[in-house]
Amino acid sequence: MAKPFTPKVVTANALLEGDVIYQTATGWTRDLAKAEVLTDEADADLRMIDASQQIDLVVGVYLADVDPDPVPQPVHFREAFRAKGPSNYAHGKQETL
Amino acid sequence: MYSYTEFDDAFLAERNAQFRAQVERRIDGSLTEDEFKPLRLMNGLYLQLHAYMLRVAIPYGTLNGAQMHKLADIAEKWDKGYGHFTTRQNIQYNWPKLRDVPDMLDALAEVNMHAIQTSGNTIRNVTADHFAGAAADEVADPRPVAELIRQWSTDHPEFQFLPRKFKVAVSGAAHDRAVIKAHDIGLQIVEQDGVLGFQVIVGGGLGRTPMIGKVLYDFVASEDLLPTLEAIVSVYNLLGRRDNKYKARIKITVHENGIEDIRTRVDERYALIRPQFTGVDQQMLARIEADFAKPTFKTAPLDAYAAAYDSDPIFRSWADTNLSDHHAPGYAIVSISLKAHGATPGDATSQQMHVMADLAATYGHDELRISHEQNVILPHVHRSDLPALHAALKNVGLATANIGLISDIIACPGMDYCALATARSIPIAQEIATRFDELKLEHEVGPLKIKISGCINACGHHHVGHIGILGLDRAGVENYQITLGGDGSEDAAIGERAGPGFAADEIIPAVERLVFGYLDLRQDPSETFLQTYRRLGLAPFKAALYPEARANAA
Repeated sequence: MAKPFTPKVVTANALLEGDVIYQTATGWTRDLAKAEVLTDEADADLRMIDASQQIDLVVGVYLADVDPDPVPQPVHFREAFRAKGPSNYAHGKQETL
Repeated sequence: MYSYTEFDDAFLAERNAQFRAQVERRIDGSLTEDEFKPLRLMNGLYLQLHAYMLRVAIPYGTLNGAQMHKLADIAEKWDKGYGHFTTRQNIQYNWPKLRDVPDMLDALAEVNMHAIQTSGNTIRNVTADHFAGAAADEVADPRPVAELIRQWSTDHPEFQFLPRKFKVAVSGAAHDRAVIKAHDIGLQIVEQDGVLGFQVIVGGGLGRTPMIGKVLYDFVASEDLLPTLEAIVSVYNLLGRRDNKYKARIKITVHENGIEDIRTRVDERYALIRPQFTGVDQQMLARIEADFAKPTFKTAPLDAYAAAYDSDPIFRSWADTNLSDHHAPGYAIVSISLKAHGATPGDATSQQMHVMADLAATYGHDELRISHEQNVILPHVHRSDLPALHAALKNVGLATANIGLISDIIACPGMDYCALATARSIPIAQEIATRFDELKLEHEVGPLKIKISGCINACGHHHVGHIGILGLDRAGVENYQITLGGDGSEDAAIGERAGPGFAADEIIPAVERLVFGYLDLRQDPSETFLQTYRRLGLAPFKAALYPEARANAA
């Protein structure tokens, strides 16, 4: 039996800055809380294709699991670090959050 | 040390101009990421979790003051004011922007530095004993031949698409400080009947399948070394597996085919290519050796050193821990710890780099080294200058007296930075160091090497740690496995897995139990952790590590 599709966001790194970005309905955001949550597999496939074609903007597009309520939050600890920054210095996203 | 020729300068300028154009074509969309990725990796540029990462080669770990100043300037101008020194004697910048990287590479070229072959399936930056040219126990300085290997391997047309990366380490001393038995090729300079040559070890490596290297040849004469290396890599290039990334390193090729078979093949290849080496490499080596002529050592009275040693306990503790024997009378090798308790192993701020560069110029014949243990070495300091040097280091947080002790931990960047990592390494290192500093125990515990990797690829050398820690992702939670009894020295050994892993909040108490267990088990304070482990084996350490199991069994 196929596994049920769990909520996801499209994420990647920005080409110029290299930092973590998330897809929104209209573009990209650096804030996971503002990302578009995808709950339908076919829709997610389409959004992935759209994101992967933006080769002059983004690198390494993939789908990451999120906990959607009340705003998207990371499920896996790797995504938690991507959404925040390293733990040894207050660098990365946590500088501005 | 080696200074670039016009050829080197022109080569690097052209390479940097090529990369600048490649970056422009990537940004304007002419190149896809799939096309650009191998090009950026050839120039040391990775994409990590939060940002790009530029890995800069420090060949055989040797720097002069101007180079260290430049590394500091780059950190300040294009990064976040610090750099991370790695277990391969390189420096990594964790936050560069793509557009800035060509400028960073040009800045490096100003001081004869680059980021070539710090990635990709090529012969990587050659590493060496960080005490090279200074150690009292040295047969010969390994750096001239390391430089020759660097020149031979750089852009070697036959070896740009090897089955997998290829690492060479060279040591000129009986005591192995360069972990040569855990490299694809390890070279040990040896003397036979008054002639210097090389013992050639192949097929060592850590990672998923750790292996101790095997001796391929006991003695290779200097003039036969490059053709021998070329024959080995050539055999590997054809025989090494390309069907499975995890079986592609030469350690697997040697393991699957056997050292005898490899030797036969290398002998055949060697016979074929040997005539092509007409001795030009030996002329180049002679020129390189002149570049590595020893500095003119001074003589000075040692009264100031003796007075400081007798009167200042902080200086004495540092001198006892951070100095090593130098071959020149009155001199010492100074290890500057980049492991202040609670700090990130291997990180140095721009200010600290500037200070170390200035101190090298003032007291250390303008030489610095990076060790694979992620510390900085001033290889030639006269003992009379040590009190002033120590005071200057103390001012910038660089006088931690812990070299070789429990808080002198190797840790890879782990999941705080690395895209391949399965768990974090840095916070575990920070917490262990902080905890044992609180306990004020580390000098009593004595020599103990803890090495932490954040994934199976083992950049943190956990397999050869006396205590090795491997961070894994166990069902979405960080989990840490302990190995014991590993050794990266001339008596190299792969650590044994102690048992089930520990959660992040359990690993520090687990290490503490191990260390207290060792203190109970050792015969006397002179028996080190590793010696005790070798005498008693895993069982009593396992009992200390897993007290519940012992209680349940009782």
